[in-house]
Amino acid sequence: MSSSDIAVQARGVSKSYRIQHETKATTLGESISNKLKNPLARQTSETFWALKEVDFDIRKGEVVGIIGRNGAGKSTLLKVLSRITAPTTGEIVIRGRVGSLLEVGTGFHPELTGRENIFLNGAILGMTQREVQRQFDQIVEFSGVEQFLDTPVKRFSSGMYVRLAFAVAAHLEPEVMIVDEVLAVGDSEFQKKCLGKMQDVAKSGRTILFVSHNMQTISQLCTHCFLLQSGSMTFSGPTDEAIARYIETQKQSVVDVDPDLRPGSGEYRITEVNVERTVVQSGDPIRARYTVEHRRGHTPFLHTNFHLCDEVNTIVLHGDSRIKQFGVKPRDKQEIELEFSGVNLKPGTYRLDLMVHYNGYVDVLEGAANIDVSPVLPERLATSDFGYQFGQVIAEMNWREIDPPGSA
Amino acid sequence: MDSKQETITVIRPITRWEVLNIRQIFAFKDLLKAFGLRDIKLRYRQTALGVAWVLLQPIIAAGVMSFVFNRVAGLKAPGNLPYFLFCFAGMLGWNVFNSTLTKAAGSLILNTALVSKVYFPKALVPLSSMFASLVDLAVATGFFLLLLPFYGVGLTWQILLTPVWVFFLLLASLGIGLYSSALMVSYRDVQYILPVVTNLLYFATPIAFSLEAVPSSLRWFVSINPLTGLLEGMRWSLLGTGTLEVGSTIYSMIAAVLVFVAGSLLFGRSERRFADVI
Repeated sequence: MSSSDIAVQARGVSKSYRIQHETKATTLGESISNKLKNPLARQTSETFWALKEVDFDIRKGEVVGIIGRNGAGKSTLLKVLSRITAPTTGEIVIRGRVGSLLEVGTGFHPELTGRENIFLNGAILGMTQREVQRQFDQIVEFSGVEQFLDTPVKRFSSGMYVRLAFAVAAHLEPEVMIVDEVLAVGDSEFQKKCLGKMQDVAKSGRTILFVSHNMQTISQLCTHCFLLQSGSMTFSGPTDEAIARYIETQKQSVVDVDPDLRPGSGEYRITEVNVERTVVQSGDPIRARYTVEHRRGHTPFLHTNFHLCDEVNTIVLHGDSRIKQFGVKPRDKQEIELEFSGVNLKPGTYRLDLMVHYNGYVDVLEGAANIDVSPVLPERLATSDFGYQFGQVIAEMNWREIDPPGSA
Repeated sequence: MDSKQETITVIRPITRWEVLNIRQIFAFKDLLKAFGLRDIKLRYRQTALGVAWVLLQPIIAAGVMSFVFNRVAGLKAPGNLPYFLFCFAGMLGWNVFNSTLTKAAGSLILNTALVSKVYFPKALVPLSSMFASLVDLAVATGFFLLLLPFYGVGLTWQILLTPVWVFFLLLASLGIGLYSSALMVSYRDVQYILPVVTNLLYFATPIAFSLEAVPSSLRWFVSINPLTGLLEGMRWSLLGTGTLEVGSTIYSMIAAVLVFVAGSLLFGRSERRFADVI
């Protein structure tokens, strides 16, 4: 394969972040006073490698999926490839115009009209005015917001907003396209439309790098996949195989912690956990399967419970099988399915802890899985802090004024 | 962009010799326009008086300054010009400098999402802040020209040179603006320091007073300030009075260019770190 067939070539790409402890200065004054207090002390900092020595070649026209667990380095890789952040070591050569889409609607301004935002957003994504002009009608048609083109987007519903934002981005025409998980927006009908658009783009012979947690989307779109694990690329190959390995890594997370070192009396241990979807939208049911295996001794019966904890370790949800009079039969190996639904979690990452107990804990598996709750409509709500600032859960909310009795 | 030749992008780690990528700035020139248009459109949306603010702001400032310096301190404008007109002409030049600088300095931290989620030459954000200032200047200058016959002051050919002064004033303000905006990414203190500095600069520059009104023993101090030459020049163009000091004019122009070059270089040096720090 000649070098001109290669669209993206990466050699030894690493990216490190310095995590400073405590004494991080965010103002000049702090920085100076820290220096004065401890002139010799070097700031305690830790180097975190978000990407480690990543090498790959992507041929022109290939549609490559990048998969891996949260924090595996997928987004960092995309940011480095799109030149938003610089690599710490290594070199990347990209042949062809690069367009990247890491978030839908970045740079949309609420006060500007739909029409004005199309031009502004197009320019931000790297299109020339002429290119936007040429595609304007298609963008508007795709978004389906024709009637509101001259309305400021702050008056748009969140659905319309996301549709318009995606429509602009979908009409980028770079030779190399870098796309983060942006298809998880809008209603399911619009998601289908977006996926269709992506498939068209893929067929048109452009090179695409695509990150998603949704394995179904990955397998529909991608011919080739990279699997990232804690910053390193552990697999590069056909999509089916990559997905199979990815699912394997999800299960392995349990085995990472030696079951016999975990808390609990240890007669039985949870040995395998498989969460159906680790990225869900608020309100979606969550399903996990896990296996309880016999180790030693005997208990007459077992119960099981779970905790769902947020990033600061608050237990957001607790569930015990006793309330459903469900007991686990003490067998050599018993697979259990847990499903819970009807809870509207605030967007964020949650840790699922699974427990087995009988007169006290038999096994405590902290961090059986991480579940990402993605906002249903990320852009609009995620950018305004007040939306999610407080509280543990979200709900459908309405306010209205009650007229005082006797008023007209 | 239209050429058939393939664009090749090479991404390497940050070195000590990062420079502003001027070719990329040209490739994204439409974005510069788009940012400028956005600022102009947004400026007076949802304000009751709208465009009137463009005029009110320099009128009030010039009015207050002519009261203080003319009535209270008893200064006279050179060539027996009405003091208000004299101050107003000074404000036109100062406002271009000051408003561009203030907006440019805060522009990156006002656009955090753009800096951390999209690739484009980041210098476009502070650079684009000049457009709104230029529109303000155009409107205020129009008003100024209407005032001239009212005060019985005539136009001279020198007014044609006004763009020259504006150009150098912009270079100076964008130079400081680029550097301040980059510094603000790491240190938000800059947003508190900057108004203090511009306030001092305001009184160290002959805006509401003429250079001749400064005691000759202190005149060297005011003349070190490169803005002095540019503002004196601006007033020479607009009012057609006084003489242009060639030496101080050339000094001011060279200084403005150097400030711009230095600001751009310093910006370019830190640009690739922005997304990690902001």
